[in-house]
Amino acid sequence: MWWKALLFIIMTAAIVAAFVTEAPQQQIGEASRIFYFHIPQAWISVLAFAMSMIYSIGYLRKRDILTDGRAADTAAIGLLVCILAAATGSIFAKVTWGSFWNWDPRESSIFLLLLIYGAYFALRGAVQDENRRATLSAVYSIFAFLTVPFLVFVLPRMVPSLHPSDSVVDENMKFVMGAEVWRILLTSLVGFSVLYLWMFNISGRIRKLSRARFEEI
Amino acid sequence: MPSSNANLVTRSLAILAKDIRLELRSRHALNAILLFAVSTLSVVSFSVGQSGLGPHVLAALYWVVIFFSAIAGLSHSFVREEETGTGLLLRLKADPDPVYLGKFFFNLMLLMFIAAVVTPLFFAFTDATLEQPAPFLTITCLGILGLCASTTIVAAIIARAASRGALFAVLSFPLLIPVLLVLVRASQKVLDGQSWGEIASEIQFLVAFPVVMIVGSILLFKFVWRE
Repeated sequence: MWWKALLFIIMTAAIVAAFVTEAPQQQIGEASRIFYFHIPQAWISVLAFAMSMIYSIGYLRKRDILTDGRAADTAAIGLLVCILAAATGSIFAKVTWGSFWNWDPRESSIFLLLLIYGAYFALRGAVQDENRRATLSAVYSIFAFLTVPFLVFVLPRMVPSLHPSDSVVDENMKFVMGAEVWRILLTSLVGFSVLYLWMFNISGRIRKLSRARFEEI
Repeated sequence: MPSSNANLVTRSLAILAKDIRLELRSRHALNAILLFAVSTLSVVSFSVGQSGLGPHVLAALYWVVIFFSAIAGLSHSFVREEETGTGLLLRLKADPDPVYLGKFFFNLMLLMFIAAVVTPLFFAFTDATLEQPAPFLTITCLGILGLCASTTIVAAIIARAASRGALFAVLSFPLLIPVLLVLVRASQKVLDGQSWGEIASEIQFLVAFPVVMIVGSILLFKFVWRE
């Protein structure tokens, strides 16, 4: 219970600090505050997908239907957060560069992630048999994850990017954000991560309970 | 379980030969994919072929034709197994690896054939110029390899699901976006007259991507095939 109170404090601190302190990037000004929320959301959407892949591997190894259920749950949370990340990024793009979408490599990778999530749930919806659905969506989740490193790490290096984060990194690949900016970002990141884990944990418990109830009947 | 002592190559070739023979009998996939490619190309050529659109747009249009032809035709090898009822027998008789390799090479041959038809027509019917044939052909071949590498296992996944056609497109598209982006970019550069030096990083990507996808497919295919 104590950690829920701590989470509340961390998130409140991050949100307040995001608005009260100086804007992180001077050239862009006030709009850059969205970066405190956009970056954690983008991070969580990739993390959630990685977790889905891990649980998918777990399902293929042990064939426990509950593991597959948890893979679907983390994908659901990831889909929600991915939509948020794309929306906040899009708002930022409109304010800074004048248009909502530009096919910048990082924008493309969020779009790709959104499509993968959508495809994953489309596949789950199309298969009736429980075990087959679990196997097929597990395979797809793992296979789709193989494309993510290409889009997240390889493409941005190949193509000039609009993203300011790439101008925040100097030749030595070290972050040149100020210490305060870094602290607020880290707080927000931790807050979002704990929130995600909490949501995932609750969904796992619901699933276990409903499964137990289902088996009773 | 397999009853012969043939090795992987022989077994894969056997499955490839079977698929080619079946395809030549009915020509369903071939007709679908060829018709689609030629119709799309005709529309492109008719509307904007001679309008002096630069290499940027023409390269994108070329890959649109190839990509959608792939989506139209590459699921046939697995879907036909299920529709004609031979899937169960194949699952009983063959190991997953030869099945995957045989069907992968079948898809590869199908798409290469389509590209061989579409590419000359494309250069004939639009005002694109091919100053650098070797880089362009290399990019095209690697791109087709990448397209087949990603879509073969997806075809296996959807073959036993409902709403196969739409589902194939929905599942394949996210996996193909990285390779499509790079392909279009590389083709744009080559149609613009640039040569090997400028497309070096794209070529590296286009070699790495199919390798990763094929290895992943081979590792995962047995779960799809045998469940």
